[in-house]
Amino acid sequence: MYELLKDLRVPGPIPTAITRPFWTGVQENRFQLQFCNCCEKWVFYPRALCPHCWSDRLSWREASGIGRIKTFTVVHKPGHPAWTPMAPYALALIELKEGPTMLSLLVGVDPDQVMVGMPVKLHMTRVGELILPCFEPDRVPTGESHE
Amino acid sequence: MMNAFAKAAIVGVGELKPTRTTNGATTLGMIAEVVKRAVEDAGLEKDAIDGLLVGPQVGETPQHVPATVAEYLGLQPKMSNVVDLGGASGAGMVWRAAAAIAAGMCEAVVCVLANTREAEAPRSPNRNPIREFDVPFGASGANIPYAMLMQRHMAEFGSTPRQFAQIAAWARHNAQHNPDAIFYGKPATVDDVLASPFVTSPLHLFEIVMPVAGGEAVVVTSAQRARTLRHRPVHLLGAGEKITHRALSQAPSLTTGPLKPSMMQAFSQAGVKADDMHLLSLYDCYTVMTAITLEDAGLCRPGQFGRWVEEHSLGFDGDRPLNTHGGQLGFGQPDLAGGMTHIVEAVRQLRHTAGARQIANANLALVTGNGATMSEATALILGGA
Ligand SMILES: [Zn+2]
Repeated sequence: MYELLKDLRVPGPIPTAITRPFWTGVQENRFQLQFCNCCEKWVFYPRALCPHCWSDRLSWREASGIGRIKTFTVVHKPGHPAWTPMAPYALALIELKEGPTMLSLLVGVDPDQVMVGMPVKLHMTRVGELILPCFEPDRVPTGESHE
Repeated sequence: MMNAFAKAAIVGVGELKPTRTTNGATTLGMIAEVVKRAVEDAGLEKDAIDGLLVGPQVGETPQHVPATVAEYLGLQPKMSNVVDLGGASGAGMVWRAAAAIAAGMCEAVVCVLANTREAEAPRSPNRNPIREFDVPFGASGANIPYAMLMQRHMAEFGSTPRQFAQIAAWARHNAQHNPDAIFYGKPATVDDVLASPFVTSPLHLFEIVMPVAGGEAVVVTSAQRARTLRHRPVHLLGAGEKITHRALSQAPSLTTGPLKPSMMQAFSQAGVKADDMHLLSLYDCYTVMTAITLEDAGLCRPGQFGRWVEEHSLGFDGDRPLNTHGGQLGFGQPDLAGGMTHIVEAVRQLRHTAGARQIANANLALVTGNGATMSEATALILGGA
């Protein structure tokens, strides 16, 4: 799977000035989310204003990379043809420990084994030319590095 | 309770027969054709139209859309706007038209959605958050988030693939009574639906809307003027709307949506309840959308749509007529006009001109519109005279 992903030529993110720290961090193996210094909530995806309190006092903080699967799908027929060599692959909505939900690709798991509620952890993965923040099942006790 | 919207009525409808692809047709040309049909159906002269609501022209003129359409049609409206609520655009237009009339902005509004569908459509990059935070992971298109909604419903409530498949089978059943439907002559049983391939599990191919070319238009005017026109007016008795998010990752809930408050507002304005409806004309881009709408309308308890579907007959001659034109799953979805096909069908049923699929004594209909992934919602209660 990882070899296939490495060779994919798929559309990458088109960062903006506001979102660039997220993607730059990921390329350096850092998983940072925005944190609102005013209402103390975490924010994802990155924005100019906190969607909870409209404060612009947002800072970047290292996040745990731990979460839980809210829901998922196994893609058989991708919406973009460049992903066809990977099909079937599993995508999930991941509720991060910090609060926000993000969509990501599940790696290191048979799509048939994925379940709602499953604990997952970050697994930085090379997809084409880029590193993307993907997730894998969290089988080891929390706190222990997976590397 | 009397409200401003009860003073407006739909008096004309126009529709283009859906096709899989168009060959060189232009969006403007299709808009013009379907507007003409709606205004003629109303029995109005072209110059009586003084309001114009149009959808965004995907892939075409991004700005000055109302002016472009007005010029093309030789109209000079006193009020015009683009309405972009995805699949809720059609219902959203009817409500806005009624509000504009109530406010004295204009008297007769044409609402129109139409689009071409060329075999080779260009893919263009853009900078919205979905493009940046979903697409790079291999999540392009609407199928994926709807499959995720379905998976969550199954995990949370134990609903089954067979229960979802019944909704698609009923849509195909109803399409067999509408010669204009894209699946006319092509019924599908529950087993056929379940045997169709997974596109993105748990969604099967037959549970996904069929994109088509086509268009719909309606004319809205004051209830007072409606009385002088040729058809039995179809009154707007209540409406509600709510917009909550764009990307599914940002949705407040995965098992209930903004249609719930929209429908509650519409029922309350009209002084009716879901059980009073003679026709349910519910946005059905995917089976799971209909399922959640049935639950959000209060027709059954949360998570219990499956039993409700099993207990009822959803044909035009059944106890709970649902999407008698075939819905988007059976009739086809002409671009954003997918939501407007539900309005046109409700008008026909309430006028008692639905022909072979006429519901006996139809006088009240619930129409819903849904945009993005359970994100933009509009509900209308329409009533016969
Ligand atoms: Zn805040």
